[in-house]
Amino acid sequence: MFKIRNIFLGLMLIIFVAPIVVVVGVSFNAKKQLLFPPQGFSFRWYSEAALESDWISAVGTSFILALGAAFVALVLAFSLALYCWRRLGWQSRILRGMGLLPFMLPPVVSALGFLVFWSSIGSYGQLYAAVISHGVFLVTLPMVMILIGLDSIDRNLIDAARICGAGRSEVYLTVILPIVRPFMIFGFFFAFVLSFNEYIISFMLIGFTHETLPVKIFNSLRYGYTPVMAVISTFIVLVTVGGMGLIARFGDLPRLFGAWETVEK
Amino acid sequence: MKNTDSEFRSGPIPGVFATVALGLFFFVPFAIMLAFSFYHKIPGGLYEPAFEADNYLRFISPFFTQILLISTGLCSLASILALFIGFILTYFMSRMNKRGRTLWLILLVSLLSLSEVIIGFSWSILFSRTAGIGGWMYMLGLLDAPRAFAPGFGALLTALTFICVPFIVLVMFPPLTRLPKEWVESARTLGATPLRAVITVVVPSVRPALIAAYILAFIYSLGSYVLPIMLGKPRHWTITVHITDQALYHANVPFASALSVFLIVTALSLIALISKIQSRFA
Repeated sequence: MFKIRNIFLGLMLIIFVAPIVVVVGVSFNAKKQLLFPPQGFSFRWYSEAALESDWISAVGTSFILALGAAFVALVLAFSLALYCWRRLGWQSRILRGMGLLPFMLPPVVSALGFLVFWSSIGSYGQLYAAVISHGVFLVTLPMVMILIGLDSIDRNLIDAARICGAGRSEVYLTVILPIVRPFMIFGFFFAFVLSFNEYIISFMLIGFTHETLPVKIFNSLRYGYTPVMAVISTFIVLVTVGGMGLIARFGDLPRLFGAWETVEK
Repeated sequence: MKNTDSEFRSGPIPGVFATVALGLFFFVPFAIMLAFSFYHKIPGGLYEPAFEADNYLRFISPFFTQILLISTGLCSLASILALFIGFILTYFMSRMNKRGRTLWLILLVSLLSLSEVIIGFSWSILFSRTAGIGGWMYMLGLLDAPRAFAPGFGALLTALTFICVPFIVLVMFPPLTRLPKEWVESARTLGATPLRAVITVVVPSVRPALIAAYILAFIYSLGSYVLPIMLGKPRHWTITVHITDQALYHANVPFASALSVFLIVTALSLIALISKIQSRFA
């Protein structure tokens, strides 16, 4: 069993890492060909990517979109979580359900909904339309995390603060906020990374006006392969793994996922 | 002063704010979409307000039957493969120490967050003639000539399974880690082989979670837009691709909306089915 286990895990590791290794590998090819293992080694495509203004502007768009969306998601998630905290009634259940729904439905459905909504109020193609849409769409994970944070507050702490004469706002600022802050930061990171990688909503809403990185890679693939795409993909992989690594480094990832189920119910 | 905090919770303001925001930016869009699905399409790219079932009547056509068959076939196959692989992986993860679990979770969560564009791009490289499996097999003498495996059904199925496995692990991780380790050990002490212990003890105790994971992975793979386009041929396009195609390239928002409504109803019924199954087992 031990042997089978190790062979299975090894194989899984290879399969999971292979696509990443291949993308990073082809980005170092010396010539403008798609070859793996790469032939020659050069940073040529990296410097080329850094000089091409349309790729740089896509990096900018992606960053602005992801930052804005993560902020919107955080504000919404915090409101949802704060309201649902210590409430068991139907209102709280409905609000939790509303927060979980965007995560459960196929994204294309939300994308089409956003498309018809923003077109009918004349904001189709505007960056802020994508920011708000992403923020709403990505509310689920930050909400779950903040709820975990709120549930971890020891009721004695709030009691103690109240007995010492703290008013409501003081309890919020000196007890609740410091405990929940790390969970808010993880939620923000999560929403940021997901927005940075999201394709279908960005494509439907701002695909022809502001290209994000995933949209630009996808669009460029129609006109053939260039190693610059592999360079940009490597960059996105780094942002993603880095973001998740940070969450795992400072937050307890197994616990966050272990607790997911209890929130869902 | 009350010395209990049992009433200490937020006032109604955050709830009202969130309801209004989600209502305006998430539910109003769905309502508009629902209305659009009854609109009348005018040839030439426009549509006018109407209340007719024409867009839904188009479901009774070989075109739609074909979409439905390929979508359900492809996605149920990918989810069952992913369920099988993901269950074994999660089971092994549940028996690791915290460090091992965390490292695997980082890898899987990163893959789950990674843009489908990049996953599709990597798999199209892996299935390509010059930089992928077809070329390596030729170098090893397994093929007479280097060949590409994408686009094709196998390539698409592989990539869809690939994105579903981390999703399965995410759903299966809590129930499997919570399962008392002694259960498997007692089965082993009574003489069961490890495989038999897993099949007779572990699988039955997490059966509701397995069903939930399968259904959620099905919905998840159904939602993929990029992979069918990058790795499949047009006849492998799923309903998601057709929704986008109708909305953006055929300018037929009413029909795309009708397809979306169908997809929402399907997804919500499946989710309702999960909670029904879970409450029956509980």
